[in-house]
Amino acid sequence: MTSTTASNDVQPSAGEEPGPPAPGGPRARIELGARFLRFLEAMWRPAILLGLVFVLWWVATAREWVANYLVPTPKQVWDRIIAEWSSLMYHSYVTLYETVIGFVLASVLGLATAVLIAYSRTMDKALYPIVLFAQVIPKIAIAPLLVVWFGNGLAPKIILAVLIAFFPVVVSGVAGLRSTDHELLELSSTMGASRWQTFRKIRFPNALPHLMAGEKVAVTLAVVGAVVGEFVGASEGLGYVLLLANGNLDSALLFAALILMSLIGILLFVVVEVAEALLIPWHASRRSVTPLTTS
Amino acid sequence: MTGTLTDTAVDVEGLTVRFRSKRSDTTALDDVSLRVAAGEFVSIVGPSGCGKSTLLKVVAGLVRPSSGSVSLLGEPVTGPQRDIGFAFQRAALLEWRGVRKNILLQAEMRGMDKARAARRADELIELTGLAGFEKALPHELSGGMQQRVALCRALLHEPPVLLMDEPFGALDALTREQLNAELNRIWRETGTTILLVTHSIAEAVFLGTRVVVMSPRPGRLMRTLSVDLPAERDYAQVMTDSRFGELTREIRQLLGSVESH
Ligand SMILES: Nc1ncnc2c1ncn2[C@@H]1O[C@H](COP(=O)(O)OP(=O)(O)O)[C@@H](O)[C@H]1O
Ligand SMILES: [Mg+2]
Repeated sequence: MTSTTASNDVQPSAGEEPGPPAPGGPRARIELGARFLRFLEAMWRPAILLGLVFVLWWVATAREWVANYLVPTPKQVWDRIIAEWSSLMYHSYVTLYETVIGFVLASVLGLATAVLIAYSRTMDKALYPIVLFAQVIPKIAIAPLLVVWFGNGLAPKIILAVLIAFFPVVVSGVAGLRSTDHELLELSSTMGASRWQTFRKIRFPNALPHLMAGEKVAVTLAVVGAVVGEFVGASEGLGYVLLLANGNLDSALLFAALILMSLIGILLFVVVEVAEALLIPWHASRRSVTPLTTS
Repeated sequence: MTGTLTDTAVDVEGLTVRFRSKRSDTTALDDVSLRVAAGEFVSIVGPSGCGKSTLLKVVAGLVRPSSGSVSLLGEPVTGPQRDIGFAFQRAALLEWRGVRKNILLQAEMRGMDKARAARRADELIELTGLAGFEKALPHELSGGMQQRVALCRALLHEPPVLLMDEPFGALDALTREQLNAELNRIWRETGTTILLVTHSIAEAVFLGTRVVVMSPRPGRLMRTLSVDLPAERDYAQVMTDSRFGELTREIRQLLGSVESH
């Protein structure tokens, strides 16, 4: 690790803590309520925009400005979703399952890698190039290879989801672990703290805000990984449905699959946001202090 | 705990510290010797970059001497020391923990008895006027209150030696005076040996039993002045004391004379 003890080498100093202290003192519960209000407040503009797009879609298809086999009407898509409800739910479940498993694995492996990189200079030099390499390989290009190696089952989809979601977790984890205040680490060593104590009580909680930012990116990418995996060789999942619909020029089904994929991505993103709010309320409160007192 | 006044708490002998890196080679401290008796309050002043922080870190075992020897409470310093409390210019608090839990970090890391540590934390919170803010997060506190928390954390385990590196440097004058008065009381009541680095000459004289004046880099001890004022110090009284005036003038001259050369 970057030695915090008696080494006289010049060390990169930890980043300064941002911002002056702000007044006020809302607690975690009020925080969640306030967060929800802010969420609503933040949502009305995108909601209106989305509504406009929807209306445009409706009008464009109803008036046949675009051919129906290219873009179906909202009604057609809706009817299709209802008609194929149980089948679509099954395929959504498969994609959701692959995505979640891939995301969880990516989080665990990514965090472990980040810890190795942040703690050991050797590991930093050895692992970072590999991680970067794994990131820059176009995932779509190796998807067929994974299918050859692992068959048509869930494995290649999960592996793709892991591969694609791994990188943001590592990068944000390393940044977070490295952002620890240098003086706090020195203080910790005068307290006789073990490495594990320092990690658990100082470095890891300190890294959480960074890490959660990476997790949010990772979870949306995991969906992409799973779907790409399904494109290459699958008999189930939304990616498979999409390919099938495409082959049959079944645009209503294609749109249905697209909408469901997006919903999965949004759902998972919200889950990670909520986890973030619960895990690091202190960080959320830092961003949204409402002054109750002035000092 | 620390024995009689004649015991040596900190003994620095011929200390030289050089920092080597690819780009530079700095001698931060050059042949510094300093003996601090148990129960003393030594203030250290000097131009910035003269190695004051380095001196404290060497005593704490966080920086290794290039040559010379350092011992703390009679034992040679070879690695990070546990028998000390350390306070920095920035409070360096855990921003996710409330005041009380920040203070108790010290106890958790050391595996101190929980009930005892909790009682001690409450005492310190009371003593430093933090009562009522036990659960407040650092970003909800003023700079002065954050420093108080850091001070409580440094004192929780009743360290025989307290090292302070410009702990009040970022505070406004009024808060600073208040905390100085508190520190003077804590020192008298606990008998802790204190090494305080400061860039305020008034603070150095107000608090110290001795003031060590350092030369610009490479840091050497230029002069040591005894502060012959009573141990219990009241701000208004000390400030108007003629001895205080003499001492601060002398120190200012020492520091000024090196700057003009
Ligand atoms: N870890 C380090 N690596 C390299 N140089 C350092 C390091 N720490 C301090 N120095 C250098 O040593 C000198 C003394 O620093 P410091 O003890 O912080 O001075 P002061 O606290 O008196 O302002 C400075 O020139 C500083 O740049
Ligand atoms: Mg300094």
